[in-house]
Amino acid sequence: MSVPAEHFATAEDQRQAAELGMWVFLTTELMFFAPLFLGYAYNRWAYASAFAEASRHTDVVIGTVNTAILLTSSLFMALAVRATQLGHRRPTQVFLLVTATLGAIFLGLKGLEYAHEWDEHLVPWLDFRFAPGNAHGAALFYYLYFGMTGLHATHLTIGIAMACVFAFRLRTQPAQHLRNQIETGALYWHFVDAIWVFLYPILYLVNRHG
Amino acid sequence: MNAVPDSEIVPERVLHESSYLHEGFTLRSWLLTRDHKRIALLYLISITGFFFIGGAAATLIRLELMTPAGDVVDAETYNKLFTAHGVIMVWFFLIPSIPATLGNFLIPLMIGAREVAFPRLNLASWYIYTLGGIFVVATLIAGGVDTGWTFYTPFSTLFSNTNVVLAVIGVFVVGFSSILTGLNFIVTVHRLRTPGMTWFKLPLFVWAHYATSLILVLATPVLAMTLSLVVFERLTHIGIFDPALGGDPLLFQHLFWFYSHPAVYIMVLPAMGVASEIIPCFARKRVFGYRMMAYAIFGIAIIGFLVWGHHMFVSGQSLYASIAFSLLSFLVAIPSAIKVFNWTATLYKGSITLSAPMLYILGFVGLFTIGGLTGLFLAATALDVHLTDTYFVVAHFHYIMVGGTVMAYLGGLHFWWPKIVGRLYPETWARIAAVTIFIGFNLTFFPQYLLGAQGMPRRYHEYPARFQLLNEVSSSGAVILGIGYLLPLAYLPWAMLRGRRSSANPWGATGLEWQTPSPPPQENFATTLQVIRIPYDYHPATESAESQA
Amino acid sequence: MSATFDTFPQAASVLGRQVDVLFLTLLGVTGIVAVGVAVAIVAFTIRYRHGSKADRRNPPSGVRWIEITWTATPLAVFLVIFIWSSLLFAQFHRPPPQAMPIHVVAKQWMWRLEHENGRREIDELHVPLGQPVELVMTSQDVIHSFFVPAFRVKQDVLPGRYTTLWFTATRAGRFDLFCAEYCGTQHSTMHGDIVVMRPAEFSRWLASGSAQPDLVARGFDLYRRVGCSGCHEPTSTVHAPDLSGLFGATVHLSDGSTVVADESYLRDSILLPNKRVVAGFDPVMPSFQGQLDEDDVIALIAFIKSKRGGP
Repeated sequence: MSVPAEHFATAEDQRQAAELGMWVFLTTELMFFAPLFLGYAYNRWAYASAFAEASRHTDVVIGTVNTAILLTSSLFMALAVRATQLGHRRPTQVFLLVTATLGAIFLGLKGLEYAHEWDEHLVPWLDFRFAPGNAHGAALFYYLYFGMTGLHATHLTIGIAMACVFAFRLRTQPAQHLRNQIETGALYWHFVDAIWVFLYPILYLVNRHG
Repeated sequence: MNAVPDSEIVPERVLHESSYLHEGFTLRSWLLTRDHKRIALLYLISITGFFFIGGAAATLIRLELMTPAGDVVDAETYNKLFTAHGVIMVWFFLIPSIPATLGNFLIPLMIGAREVAFPRLNLASWYIYTLGGIFVVATLIAGGVDTGWTFYTPFSTLFSNTNVVLAVIGVFVVGFSSILTGLNFIVTVHRLRTPGMTWFKLPLFVWAHYATSLILVLATPVLAMTLSLVVFERLTHIGIFDPALGGDPLLFQHLFWFYSHPAVYIMVLPAMGVASEIIPCFARKRVFGYRMMAYAIFGIAIIGFLVWGHHMFVSGQSLYASIAFSLLSFLVAIPSAIKVFNWTATLYKGSITLSAPMLYILGFVGLFTIGGLTGLFLAATALDVHLTDTYFVVAHFHYIMVGGTVMAYLGGLHFWWPKIVGRLYPETWARIAAVTIFIGFNLTFFPQYLLGAQGMPRRYHEYPARFQLLNEVSSSGAVILGIGYLLPLAYLPWAMLRGRRSSANPWGATGLEWQTPSPPPQENFATTLQVIRIPYDYHPATESAESQA
Repeated sequence: MSATFDTFPQAASVLGRQVDVLFLTLLGVTGIVAVGVAVAIVAFTIRYRHGSKADRRNPPSGVRWIEITWTATPLAVFLVIFIWSSLLFAQFHRPPPQAMPIHVVAKQWMWRLEHENGRREIDELHVPLGQPVELVMTSQDVIHSFFVPAFRVKQDVLPGRYTTLWFTATRAGRFDLFCAEYCGTQHSTMHGDIVVMRPAEFSRWLASGSAQPDLVARGFDLYRRVGCSGCHEPTSTVHAPDLSGLFGATVHLSDGSTVVADESYLRDSILLPNKRVVAGFDPVMPSFQGQLDEDDVIALIAFIKSKRGGP
């Protein structure tokens, strides 16, 4: 068992403090995303037809595959947490690396998606072209699309780096030593996944029909 | 009457006892410290510096406003001055002032802990604050920004020709400093209370900072995102705030004020916490209605999140939204009123000493009351139509933030100065400063209520001649106020070097911070404390009887 | 202009006078509270100063009935003020139907005003005494705010939409108009005057001045010139909504919602036609953004307003 920092009475105190700290931090992250969700909701109301039209141009195949990938990665992250609690070093490493790999695949597919959108002139500010009647609303939709998925991707990248760092550290430390870090890191990962769970329907599924 | 109990002759050996100030004298030991007490002092130095930069801007503003004509600086410079004053005072002085200095220093002590929950994060907060400050100073050097601290669109995104992006980045960065401080305090209060320190034994100072921290972590990220959107829109001319592209400038206002209204409670709740420590001590009496005071703090914090639209009554917001926000704004005044009444009732049958901290805090209660009452005028939609965007609003928020928060901050600095530096400040000078500040403040800002009621708009570089007399009174008052602020700037550092040595508890106050030497050792307490007494366990009857015997 | 020290100049509008009554009432109430708190603090500080011989037995740390009273009483007072203010504020939002419309375009750093008959003013507005006037306002650039302290009215003026403000002047004379929303370098010089004239005098003033086509006539001219009539006349082969009787009517939109056709709706329909599409029509109307300035849009709207429903 690792020695707690000197201002904590016990290691359990420190663990609980770290967990509470991460929950508070995730709340701030939620509030950071909130204005984008609000902007989306407001503009979907104000520009209903333009948003509907713009929604049909997002790549629902990649979006759906990515959702499945990210949910699976959360599964592996949860498995990593369990393995670290049981003190199983090798399985923890494997699970962490699978998580990171799945996250990386998500990013790769996202990059592919962005490249398609660039080709189709759907990137605002960079030669954006859309049917004239709906151009303003569609530009707002894609502005929010790139903003939200971009912010999400940034957070995912940090999560991937974190998982890799933990896996690396496990080469020289027993699993129990990293338990706090992996548990709080897993919370972060699940949060990033949860954000995606909301982004997916609002960006890919709403108004898909018609 | 001596405010300070007869100073004890401090034995020589005590003078060589180790305190947190003696743990290393190198710059490195300060800049890489993990000690919350040293971090508090780092913040103290930084925010004092920014206070005087913001104050310099205010000085030039009041100088310009002595005469109706714009004859001291040109219009664009004036606009940059009031922007700098607002940005610096709000984000680099008021918001961090009490929490980052007194909060950082005292919260672990008050709950009987050795440290905050995340000491390295605490240091990082200060560095992030400094980085934000560098951006703001860079903005000033690059020629300033002229949007007002409120950065309204589309002026800030499409029309201003000044350093908007640089300024906004500075505010964005310093916001993260606030968020991390808030996070640290929340976890500290939850997890590091010493045995016996239950929630309802906590000092109200801790309650106030806990509620403030909740606001910090929930509201500040919204500002961060809103400012990011402003930067993006300014750089790319694509965005959701630009009406020419079908965007909505009111969306900016909603997002901005959703943070900025709770922000004013970030600024005032810690001040209320300070008041609740000082009044019981110098009235030698338990605070009246301790539980109600704690609940009122949360009432203010929660309702404070629901009133932001009262900044937008004439913005084009719907009638029904305005009415709803008006009702909530009246409701948020109730817990504040309860606190004022409870502080007053604490004085009843107490045994009162008008020490310098007490003078500051009584000033705080009076000025906060006036500021709060004038808030009711602004909450009333029909009155706000006339008064909004005039000097009435300027007077209102200065009464709360300067008459309120700054007075309480100074009161707290004086009250805890012996604990922080181990020496007593000069009491007579401190009382002179308190009275000077009180007088100067009222002369400066009371006329502004009248100016606003008469229709003088705010952010005006030039004004019609009929407003001159009141402006002259206001500017003259500002001179007195400035002198008042310079006094502690001189004698507090002097006290740090040459003041009489202080005992652990020079005021005879309750609270765990007084149960350890002044200044405290690095680890705060030699042993783990067990709390058994109720908070504010003062006894005025017995103490008064003792002093007459 | 004299620089007399005028504590509280009397309101010069109908609603303004009511505002002053509310203001003075609240001033009285808050004054009592402020004085009460101050007196209590001073009295307690003197009577219970350290060393005084006052009776300090049984100091209370909570007295239920007092606490309830000082919570409930302010609450009751606040609710009264809130209701009073809300009712008055609602009247600010309800211009009388016969109010005389004036169109205002704010720009950095001046006010441009236009009467119905086409007479234009800059930084000055002539209005008749005793008759309600409604200002329909927009900005060409940033947010401004139309503030007449003497009338106790203020309304932000936004780019991209219309906001309105109305008043009935009760005193003849010249009154300050200020811009009250910071709008850039010359914000403090964006000053104007409201000139209130007796009705007969005002009519003479309005009729004089250089001959200008009135708003409706200008609007009709634009309606044909820029091509609106090509689609919106009943004889057109293009399927476009009929504009007769449109102003003030309830419109059903393609997304199922309804909207009242006010000035803002008409403006959006001209400049951002696909923002709200009428149910049953295709989104084929082109945008006229860039082809029409604010004055043109105002004229077109005046023309559309004048098109009453068919017999």
